[in-house]
Parts: sequence; structure tokens; C-alpha cells
Amino acid sequence: MVAQPVGDQVAAPRLRARDVTLRYDQRVVSSGLSVDIPDREFTVIIGPNACGKSTLLRSLSRLLRPASGRVTLDGRPLADFRPKEFARQVGLLPQSSIAPDGITVVDLVSRGRFPYQKLIRQWTDVDEEAVRTAMAATNVAELATREVAELSGGQRQRVWAAMAIAQRTPVLLLDEPTTFLDLTHQIEMLDLFARLHRDGTTIVAVLHDLNQAARYASHLIVMKAGAVVASGQPAQVLTVDLVREVFELNCLVIDDPASGTPMVVPTDGRWR
Amino acid sequence: MSVVTEGLTRVLAHPRRGSIPVPLVGGWVPARGVVVVGGVGLATLVLGVIALGLGDLPLSPSEVVHALFATDGSFSSTVVRDWRLPRVLGALVFGAGLAVSGAVFQSLTRNPLGSPDVIGFSTGAYTGALVALTVVGAGAVSASVGALVGGLLTALVVYVLAYRRGMQGFRLIIVGIAVTAMLHAVNLFLLLRAQEEVAMAAAIWGAGSISLLSWPVLVTAAVGLLLCLPGLLLVPGLRQLELGDDAAAAHGVPVERTRIGLVLFAVALVAIVTASAGPIAFVALAAPQVARRLAGSAGIPLVSSAAVGAFLLLGADLIAQHALPVDVPVGIVTVVLGGAYLLSLLIQEARRR
Repeated sequence: MVAQPVGDQVAAPRLRARDVTLRYDQRVVSSGLSVDIPDREFTVIIGPNACGKSTLLRSLSRLLRPASGRVTLDGRPLADFRPKEFARQVGLLPQSSIAPDGITVVDLVSRGRFPYQKLIRQWTDVDEEAVRTAMAATNVAELATREVAELSGGQRQRVWAAMAIAQRTPVLLLDEPTTFLDLTHQIEMLDLFARLHRDGTTIVAVLHDLNQAARYASHLIVMKAGAVVASGQPAQVLTVDLVREVFELNCLVIDDPASGTPMVVPTDGRWR
Repeated sequence: MSVVTEGLTRVLAHPRRGSIPVPLVGGWVPARGVVVVGGVGLATLVLGVIALGLGDLPLSPSEVVHALFATDGSFSSTVVRDWRLPRVLGALVFGAGLAVSGAVFQSLTRNPLGSPDVIGFSTGAYTGALVALTVVGAGAVSASVGALVGGLLTALVVYVLAYRRGMQGFRLIIVGIAVTAMLHAVNLFLLLRAQEEVAMAAAIWGAGSISLLSWPVLVTAAVGLLLCLPGLLLVPGLRQLELGDDAAAAHGVPVERTRIGLVLFAVALVAIVTASAGPIAFVALAAPQVARRLAGSAGIPLVSSAAVGAFLLLGADLIAQHALPVDVPVGIVTVVLGGAYLLSLLIQEARRR
């Protein structure tokens, strides 16, 4: 089971990377990288393009095996888990997925229940319930029998999210879940994950928009060139100096008039 | 019985009407798919009885059924059971095997062109058979073994050449087409260099025929195909792979292991059929697509594909045997039918654009 806090000592987080080297073939993205994912927090990873955010997320989700070092869940290296066993603990909404021709929304969402299915076992009421609540939470219940191909981009992303939610994992990783969505749908998706977080799910999301990251994250991880530059609460982390160092951009950091969270206003560049 | 009633109650009570729970897959299949399998199965059965009755000794369907189960050792039962039945059963079993192989390849490559005959397997098998016939000499056994080795080697070469940080469907098809083109040249060279009787035997084998299928060959092939059945355990993983590698992995599918297992399964199916009957084109290409359109399912349905494949090959063999002025190898009929099908498919796609 999950390690519980002993006395006033805080238990180690479930998911952590220790001194890992991450690489594709010969191209090293990160080396000596250590990251803790705090339990039950909404962690957002930010950083410039190609800084290794998605690569880190891939290693946390077992898609990429570290060349050295350890990524562990509850102290066990991810490679020691059986694939389905791990998929019952950590879910992932990948950056791109493919909807097979002719698949309906309910069928697609149902496929998120794969980690719970044994070779010879009926589809259970638990599976059914998980699919139904996931579709209700993402507001796609009324689309259940429609084909995924007919849906709009925003609807489709909600369906993919429903599939990941139906997996019912205590940890959910999101790889740029709002890219390609208009602002309304971005907010809608982020609110959805905020609700999941409030209900106790550990969320880790890669986002591009700093102000959205500051609004939704309870824990921010800032990366540059494959390394973690800063981490902590957005109000502490997101400063003028940090943005200049990481994004090479001069800016003001003011209080978001709506949420009170830090808001980055670039002062570089030319306008009008 | 209780399983049936329970299942029925679930279907009727279920909000997701039109679907049926499947214990093995643990998911839901559309009722339409079940109807398709039943319907095509029935049509195939009727076609089979007709096929058993046709020939120099014409028999009515009731005579066929009688001859099948008769124990009197009559001439008609010899004709039906010993001469015609292996051919009909062969058409069914081989058709189903080719179709399932095609369905797996098309799902894996996410491309309707990703069938074993397009990606070089059949041509490689022909090369193998030609080499065997040239080196070892004419004979059905050497052709079969050669085909098996040739096909498997080609599959391996294509797979390795297409492999780059995991297998990509489109690369597999492109590499397969390139390898096929080269092997065609090799085959032509071998045929031109071969002695006359070797070239004859090779040409007959290469057309793809089940007209001389005997019980021993059929039983050997059937046992081989049965040994492949554990490959079906990978099908739930195949359904996940349809969602993309990342999603499949996130759902707990060991992606590369599953894919290699599925490729081996599909290659083994087509290898066994090709070794027994020679290269029979287009069943693996067309049957899964026909099945998908009939069943209206998500992805390519395996069981419906098998039913359609059996029906197609049996139908093609009936045409090869009886509808034409001369008896031709079934492989020629499937090429013609498949070519027409492929053309209509391309025209349809072009119109939709």
C-alpha cells in the first residue's frame, strides 16, 4: 500500500525519478535528472520547446526506460511492474492518439478499462460504472453512440480524456492536453483536471501557457535544457528572473486580476 | 445455459443496445458483427454443399448430405468425401487463415494496403519455392518447404529494414513493396534459367491452386493453423494498439512484444497456407475490408474477416473450377476478383475526396 506519513515526518512521494539519464538512441535529452512528483498535487511542468518536459513525462509513464538511474513508484523501479499492474496506478493522456475507423465514443472510452481485464472475464459492473462516470465527468455522455471521427476537436479531446479517466488511476499524466484547443476548450479541460485533483488524483501536466500553469498548478516544475531549474508553488517559483533565465525573455510578473496567481506579461518584442 | 440467459438478460437490459458482451475479450462487440458472422457462415455452408455437388458426377444437396454421412462405401460418398471435400474444406480453412492474417497486418499497419501479399510475403515464398525446385528438384514437398523458408526470410528482412525505434506501418508497406519488386526480378531470372520441367512445376505452384489438395496435406496444414491459435490471445492487445503505441502502452500493453507476437502469428498463418496451396493473392487484402464494411465495426473485425475470407476463397474456387470453360487455378480468379475490388476501392476513395 501507499506509504503513510509517520509522526510529523512526511512520507516520500510515490512517483520519483532519481539521477536518470533519458535519451532517444544516441541523443541525450536529460542526464542526472531527479524529480519528485508530490502526491495529490496538481503538478505542471513548464519550460521552452525541446527542454525535455515531454521526455520526462514519458519516463514517468514507463514509455521511455531511463538509460541510467531509476524511476520508481512506491520505491519500485517502473520496469519491475507488470504492464497492466502499472497501468492501474499511473494513467497517461498521450499527445497524439489514433481513433480507429468507425469507433464510437463509448467503445473508445471503454478501452481505458483494459488494465483491469483478464483473459477470461466478463465486462463487469465496475467497468461499466467507470466508463459512465468518466463520460459524465467529461460531458460526453450524450455523444456516447456517435462516431469519434464526426466530433469536433474539443469534443474529441474530451473523449480521449474520458478514456484516461475511465482507467481510474491515482496518478494521471497529461502530455500537452490543451494544445490545438481554443481558449474555451482549454479552460474546460483544465477545469476538468482541477476537479480530478480536488477529488484526490495526483495530476502531472505538461503545459505551454505560463499563466494557465500558474492558475491551475499547486506545484510547478520548471525545466531548461533537460534539467529542472526550479520547483515549488507557482507564487514562489514564477519570478521575473526565472522567466528571463529559462525563456530568455524580459517580462513583468503581476498578480492575475482574476485569480491572484502570478501572471507573466512579456515586455520584450515589438507590438503594434 | 445460465451463461446464455445471463448474457441475453445483460444485452436486453443494457443501455448500450446492439452490443453483446464477449467473455474472452472482456468487451462488447456490436450485434451487427455477430449477425455478419452468422450470415456469411450460413452462406458459406450453402456454397460448400453446392460445391460438393458439382462436377462430373452432379449431386443434389440432399444427395451430398447423404454421401457425407453414408457408411455404405458408395461411389458418390467416395467422390464427395475423398475427392471434393478436401478441396472445399481447404478453401474454407485457407480463406479464413489468409483473411485473419490480412486483418492482423492491416490493423498493425493501420493501412488497408498492409496485407501480406502487398508487403512481399507471397513473392518471397515464390522465390523460396523456385530456389527449392531448382536446387532440390521438382516436387510438392520441396516447393512447400522452400516457400515456407522463403516467405519467413522475406518477412524477417522486411521487418528488420522497416524497423526504426519500433515498427511503423507505413515504412513496413513501403519497404515491402520495394522488396517485392526486387524479388519479382529474382523470380523471373530463376524461371528463365530453370529447366523446362522445373519451370512448369514452378509456374503451376506459383499460380496458387487447391485443386489437387489431398487429405494429408490438408490435415497437416490444419494442424499447423491450429497450433497458431494461441496467437489469438494477443488480439485484445491488438485492439489497444489501434489507438496508437503510446495509448496502448499507457493501458498496460507491452507494445513491442505484442506486435512481434502478432507479426509472427500473421506470418505463420500465411506461411502455412502458402506452403500448402501456393500464393493465393488478394484474399488477405480484400476479406478484412469487406468484413469491416459489412460489420460496421471499429477497426478490423477478426472473426468476420475469417468468415468472409472462407466465403471468398470458396466462391473463387467454384468459379475457377466450374464457371469457366477451362479449369484454372483459384489464385488466378482471386487475382482478377481482387484487382476489380481494389480498383473499385480506389475509385470509391477518389470520389469521396
